[in-house]
Amino acid sequence: MKLEEATRLSGETLLSFLEEMLLIRRFEEKVEERFRAGDLSGFLHVALGQEAVAVGVCRTLETDDVIASTHRAHHHCLAKGMTANALMAELYGKVEGCSGGYGGSMHLYDLANGNLGANAVVGGGLPGIVGAALAFKMRRQPRVAVAFFGDGATNTGSFHESLNLGQLWTVPAVFVCENNHYAESTPSRDHMPIADLTRRAEAFGMRSIVVDGQDVEAVHAAATEAVAHARAGNGPVFLLANTYRLTGHYVGDPQVYRPKGEQRDLRATQDPIPRLRELLGVDEDSWSALETKVAATVEASVEFAKNGTDRLPEDALLNVYA
Amino acid sequence: MPEITYREAVRDCLAEAMRSDPDVFLMGEDIAEMGGSMGVTHGLVDEFGKERVRNTPISEAAIAGAGVGAAIQGMRPVVEIMYQDFITLSMEQIVLQAAKHRYMSGGQIKVPLTVRTQGGAGWSPGAQHAEQLEGWLCHVPGLKVAFPSTPEDARGLLWSSIYDDNTVVFFEHRTLYPIKAEVSDTLEPIEFGKARVHREGSDVTIVAIGRLVHVALRVAEQAAEEGISVEIVDPRTLLPLDEDSIVNSVMKTNRCVVTHEAVTRMGFGAEIAAIVQEKAFDYLDAPIERVGSRFTPIPFAPVMEEYVIPHEEDLMAAVKRTVARG
Repeated sequence: MKLEEATRLSGETLLSFLEEMLLIRRFEEKVEERFRAGDLSGFLHVALGQEAVAVGVCRTLETDDVIASTHRAHHHCLAKGMTANALMAELYGKVEGCSGGYGGSMHLYDLANGNLGANAVVGGGLPGIVGAALAFKMRRQPRVAVAFFGDGATNTGSFHESLNLGQLWTVPAVFVCENNHYAESTPSRDHMPIADLTRRAEAFGMRSIVVDGQDVEAVHAAATEAVAHARAGNGPVFLLANTYRLTGHYVGDPQVYRPKGEQRDLRATQDPIPRLRELLGVDEDSWSALETKVAATVEASVEFAKNGTDRLPEDALLNVYA
Repeated sequence: MPEITYREAVRDCLAEAMRSDPDVFLMGEDIAEMGGSMGVTHGLVDEFGKERVRNTPISEAAIAGAGVGAAIQGMRPVVEIMYQDFITLSMEQIVLQAAKHRYMSGGQIKVPLTVRTQGGAGWSPGAQHAEQLEGWLCHVPGLKVAFPSTPEDARGLLWSSIYDDNTVVFFEHRTLYPIKAEVSDTLEPIEFGKARVHREGSDVTIVAIGRLVHVALRVAEQAAEEGISVEIVDPRTLLPLDEDSIVNSVMKTNRCVVTHEAVTRMGFGAEIAAIVQEKAFDYLDAPIERVGSRFTPIPFAPVMEEYVIPHEEDLMAAVKRTVARG
């Protein structure tokens, strides 16, 4: 590998990114499989194609930096330090799950690793991130709060109120927009009167950075800059990562709204994983070793989850109040 | 014992909490130099500065949500929603975020947020500045709801709200701000879920909240002149609710009238009536009466507003009907 010459990150680091992205990919595919097999309840949104955004951003963060995620959260959770076991066990509704079986796919929490929760309300996590960042600022802690959200969320009042307040109070927050070009089924052109989302941040005087969300190295570089800006007390940054959802909105989505062939074309041209593999020049042997390792982790998580402890029905009455 | 207004009681509590604890801070519209639209936070910015008495944009979702986020980090924010009508703009953050983070996280997260708000009719602001929405919040598992009616209770319950590890929505009534009453020399926290019996009596129990506690006290005086002995129970916190005190009182008086300023239909009084009939059915000598606002938005013209909201004569009539059934 002659990567060190071309990039600021070492080949070793990028290889670890590749492994993490592949773990997310295989984890998500397993989730689809177990859902179709009838193992999993509820409503599942997988992040196939968006792995590089989660890994590139979260690998710039310290453990005590915090994130808020969205309904599509598995990639953020794994990238912010949650184990595959804890995540899969949650999807199975077990005591050992990251939310003890109280949350499910759209409510994944891992406070110890700075994960303040997936959020099933589009835009719902943003005001809380402003508040977390405000707390860091008031306590003079050098910590950063990061909100993940999609292009669809930029149409919510919460988005606009949060960016306005965050910028007004120069809190150490980074607003990461995973622009996957669809709000559920509605393409951007049908839900936004502008094409350039950075204009929304600029309206608040907020610094914006745009990045190719399928290039993990670029995401990492952009996030490093954004996080440093926020951590230094210069206020929030709007980080626009253009990405693609290589699957439906939810597991089972027939995607009738997609132009014919779009998904196939995106998988061929916009998949961040083969792209990084190619960049790193990972040969067949190394690749299959990586696949084997990742598959073992994913399989182990399914076993762990299946063997986990079931909740008692009346456990539903716990944890309502502190 | 000093005598202070309800407004001063709230302010004194906020000041004392901020003096003793750097994690307590305030956010809200116009709360700094202006002292809030009701003057409750008047002067606090002078003592604590603009970092801790934070004027916000008119952004109710962000105000509540920033409170949620800071609270999860262990601070004890007190946010002010200027009028409770506007809490509708914060409801997503209060109902879907603040109330549920703890549960959805399997108990990992605490949200020690206090949301102060005020409102109430009687001054003709019209339909968007005078509603009583406490019933909405009481319908949400994970929230606590306080509605003090006296300076002592406002001060002590607010302290307990700030130091509760759950989100508390704290209702103040606009028309109560100027009322004055004696308070204890030092701030005494008041435990949630403990009703106050304002007056003991033997013929009928009035369960009253907010402004209607004071209406009930006047009605009890009149009723006494007519030989009717009224007991007044003020739950003070609606969630949790001191069911025992209410039920025990009704078991003694055998009659119950519930009153609040919110519309009667689906109001908090409906829950009280349900609890009383479940737990004291055999003790009841008369149907439980409910006295609240008529089922309309609050109208502007004073003559119509007067007609819609409950007054002494409405409560008195309900008391008399109830007693007559014995």
